[in-house]
Amino acid sequence: MRNNAAISKGIDWSLVWIYFVLMVIGLSAIFAATYQEGDPVLQSFIAFKTDYSKQFYFWGMALMVGFIILLTDSKFFPTTANFWYAVGIILLLLVFPFHSRIKGTESIIRIGAFNFQPAEFCKIVVALALAKYFSRPETDFNRAGSQFTAALLVLIPAGLAILQRETGLALVYFSFFLMMYREGLPSIIPTIGFSFAILIIASILIPPNILAVLLSVIAILLIYFSRRQIRRRRQILTSVLFIWAIAVGIQRFAVPFIFEKVLQKHQVERIYNLFGKDNPYDPQQRVLSEDASKKKKERGSSYNVRQSKIAIGSGGFFGKGIFSATQTRYDFVPEQRTDFIFCTVGEGFGFLGSMLLLGLYLTLLLKMINIAERQRSTYSRVYAYGVLSVFFFHIVVNMAMTIGLAPVIGIPLPFISYGGTALLTFTVLLAILIRLDADRQMVIR
Amino acid sequence: MAIYNQPRSNTIRLIVIITFLIIALQLFYLQLVDRRYEQLAMDNAVYPKVIYPERGIIYDRKGKAILNNTIIFDLMVTPAEAKGIGTLDFCRLLKMDTSEFRKRMVDAIIKNTSVRPSVFKAMLTKELQARFEENSWRFPGFNLMERPLRTYPYHAAAHILGYIREADKRDIERSNNFYRQGDYVGKTGLEAYYESVLMGQRGVQYMIKDNKNRIVGAYEGGEYDTAAIAGRSLHTHIDIELQQLAEALMSNKVGGLVAIDPNTGGILSMVSGPNYDPNDLSGSEGSRNFSRMQLDVSGPMLNRAIAGRYEPGSTYKPLGALIALNEKVVNAAYGYPCGGRYTLCGHGKPECTHAGGGHAASLRLAIANSCNAYFAHIYRLTVDNPKYTNVCDGYMHWKEYMNAFGLGVRLGVDLPNESTGGIPDTMVYNRENAGRWTSCTNLTLGIGQDKMQTTPLQMANAMCIIANKGFYYTPHFVKEIEGEGPADQIRLNRFQKKHNVLANIPDAVFNEVIEGMSDVVKVGTARGAQIEGIEVCAKTGTAENYTILDRRRIKLPDNSMFVCFAPKENPKIAIAVFVQNAGFGATWAAPIARMMMEKYLVDTLTANSKLDSARIASTNLMPSYYKRLQYKEDSIRAFKWFQVTKDSSYIDRFSMQDPAMGPQSPFRKNPAEQRLPNWVILLSNSSLPERALKQIKIFSA
Repeated sequence: MRNNAAISKGIDWSLVWIYFVLMVIGLSAIFAATYQEGDPVLQSFIAFKTDYSKQFYFWGMALMVGFIILLTDSKFFPTTANFWYAVGIILLLLVFPFHSRIKGTESIIRIGAFNFQPAEFCKIVVALALAKYFSRPETDFNRAGSQFTAALLVLIPAGLAILQRETGLALVYFSFFLMMYREGLPSIIPTIGFSFAILIIASILIPPNILAVLLSVIAILLIYFSRRQIRRRRQILTSVLFIWAIAVGIQRFAVPFIFEKVLQKHQVERIYNLFGKDNPYDPQQRVLSEDASKKKKERGSSYNVRQSKIAIGSGGFFGKGIFSATQTRYDFVPEQRTDFIFCTVGEGFGFLGSMLLLGLYLTLLLKMINIAERQRSTYSRVYAYGVLSVFFFHIVVNMAMTIGLAPVIGIPLPFISYGGTALLTFTVLLAILIRLDADRQMVIR
Repeated sequence: MAIYNQPRSNTIRLIVIITFLIIALQLFYLQLVDRRYEQLAMDNAVYPKVIYPERGIIYDRKGKAILNNTIIFDLMVTPAEAKGIGTLDFCRLLKMDTSEFRKRMVDAIIKNTSVRPSVFKAMLTKELQARFEENSWRFPGFNLMERPLRTYPYHAAAHILGYIREADKRDIERSNNFYRQGDYVGKTGLEAYYESVLMGQRGVQYMIKDNKNRIVGAYEGGEYDTAAIAGRSLHTHIDIELQQLAEALMSNKVGGLVAIDPNTGGILSMVSGPNYDPNDLSGSEGSRNFSRMQLDVSGPMLNRAIAGRYEPGSTYKPLGALIALNEKVVNAAYGYPCGGRYTLCGHGKPECTHAGGGHAASLRLAIANSCNAYFAHIYRLTVDNPKYTNVCDGYMHWKEYMNAFGLGVRLGVDLPNESTGGIPDTMVYNRENAGRWTSCTNLTLGIGQDKMQTTPLQMANAMCIIANKGFYYTPHFVKEIEGEGPADQIRLNRFQKKHNVLANIPDAVFNEVIEGMSDVVKVGTARGAQIEGIEVCAKTGTAENYTILDRRRIKLPDNSMFVCFAPKENPKIAIAVFVQNAGFGATWAAPIARMMMEKYLVDTLTANSKLDSARIASTNLMPSYYKRLQYKEDSIRAFKWFQVTKDSSYIDRFSMQDPAMGPQSPFRKNPAEQRLPNWVILLSNSSLPERALKQIKIFSA
């Protein structure tokens, strides 16, 4: 009894409540998406047959793990962080010889009946390791060396994930830069990153030659208007010319290289489809007539997004009700129990339901920022921001892709999407955060 | 360090809130502003399934269903589920070869994908259906689907009832898209005329389909469904047993027969020859029979009873007599000294079958003996009546009488495509004779020839007028519509109206003519039409006719005609029988009418009549020149096909060459270079090779 009181002491119950509400929404959404008229619900729960029953058991397991974490001493996490990081990387490497052949991915190890995806699990260890690294007294994030080490901690698993053809998961690791920004990443880096993103989007939208001319015109105008400063400092001219050269280089050579050699064909297509364009790097599509390629596009990768938009759009204000949602119930949206689960909510519960879910997530994220800021120890704060970054990225990208604002990246919606590993990962991330927050009066390093 | 970075936490808060705001805005747009998606989702998932109502039934006067509905089965296949069945077994069972099986499977997949059912074989015969049902467990993916079918238990009244077919583009356009692809529409007969009554009201069942277009269930539990309303039934005046007898008698003959109840105008029986079994047009062989009949030159689809135009010949004479009597140009005692021909116009025509003996000494005698000279003369007297200024005026008055008798006008029977027949205007004669003509010009109108054309229905109706002494009801079939509404009443009221067209003719005048018609049977030309105990009034008719075949005018056998009503007092039935190219009216048409009257008035045929009817029914009176016509039509069509397809097999059976010669045949060598083949020369040649004649299937029952 006394022990119990000690565990619950300091725990932020609002997080726990949000967690439970999201889990219930998720379970019912999966139920709605996969339940067929006349399914024996009770039997399938016992027989571990249907997706909703499986998810229910996954939840049970995740709850158990979460409870164990809450029982753990909060010092356990910083002390073992490096160890876990090492384990994570080894697991990621083990994937290469031992991965199972499951549709299109090479990132899964099969242990008995379970599919284990180390790249998913590694989000936790990276968050822990980064927190550990930032909380070292000798780390000074203003130094380039420290920045480099921190970046390396993130980029190693990200690179491995790319090699396992899990680009979506790899992108999640880049979300840790949000946390690094909070920890004092020089503003120049996000500025460069942002400019880079704009340059890439521009090179998708604008034909390469015109863009090159445009960039040159901008550079010339810049030089013309700052000619007085240039007269005083020659360096400005060189730096402008340098930036111009890099920009044109990226636009003319780097972007084609990435689209042709690094990314997979379907990913490039998704990116181009997002902007309503055909993939110019697909030799097949270049041959097709305009009409044919238009048809192909409708059936092709944008089919998911189109159907998903129809599902969400047809929900209206109040939604159609969970069992009258024709789009989701009759499999018009592919992958709707996993990555496109938001369709079920959007169609079944309409604008009202979507806003409630969105509000719930917003509360969760803002709550996490508050929790992070109230930590006394750097370790806890950095970890909290790490968790925030991962959740933020998942929620935003997942929702944006279902409503056609982001390219289709196969990442799950936290606590809602079907999938055991993802559920366990998110639960563990949150549980550790709650545990650390409960001990926020202690200074942990 | 934490304090140094404090503003950045706010930046992060801002980033989170702004991104969420963008998502919320897009959701707002998708779900509340852009209403397109709702419709798209409906199109995606909801399938309005049309439920076809059962068409109305048609009953005869005694309440027997002569047109009913039954169910036939289509063999459906869901290709994805039909994998791995014993194809060979299946083909043997359904009597098709494996290449045909494969072709149909591919067609089904192309048409409806492999997960949705499509028709594999439409309208199985009873035998195939039974075979399949016994073995269905062996062939998963195949199942039977019912479809309604029209059935005719008495195998009769094809021309009256008409047929239904799937609505074509024109039907759909004409109906303002009321009909849709797949609907059945009445095309002819009562099916067409009473389409709106018989068709009922389509129902819609909203079904939910999944991403592969499979039906999964009812949409919203069927809340928006509309039930189909069955078509309403028709009760008719038809006497189906009489109809069957009439059809038997008219089999293998070209012509028309109409029997009307003069008291009501209800049509008891209507036959057009050649006839067909209406069941042939529905069911599995329907389309094949349909095209076969359409290509038949004898025109089995044409309803000659309402659309066949015949010179009435002598059957017109009672009408001519009535007009002349009423116009007081003659009286009942008027006689004409006929010496075998009419001489007053100078050319000695028309001739008369009788000569002298006072066979036209009075009106009654003239009718009984059917004196041509007499009636030509009284026609002239009528038209040249000094009451009128000239022959045109006189003719127009005569024409008025004709129209009042229902000749040269549409009567308004409840069938589509009724013909007006033809009573020419004075304009026609003015044009042909440069405005100068006399009663001698169209003298033979007086004996029902020249340009006078009538349909069997019109003549039967004219008999009704005589029988009723001056009035008639529009001839019609439908007595009563089930569940009659105001619209139906308007429709049927037309048939209740008494047309008092010739009320100005006194009964005494009618009686004179009726006596004459009675004499026709007693002592005149149609003694064969006597019925024990019933006084029959009738008139025979025989009309010469010609046709042009292979650029030669040939005389065909005479048309045999007979009109009558019975009994004389209180008539119950009026009949007109036209048999093309059969001979004298008294030989063929008269006995047919007699048996009809016997059947209807006595209900049973005497032993003698039974024998007679068997003889008539088994006699083939199809005009022989049809064979030649058919050959011409077929060979021309074959040549057209050959031109389109370059497949010489179409014309091989018509070619003079021996098919056994194979590649040596000039048709096989190079069809494209071939000059006009021999058979074109053959077309202009009237003599036909015996072999070619044999290849043509002539119409036979």
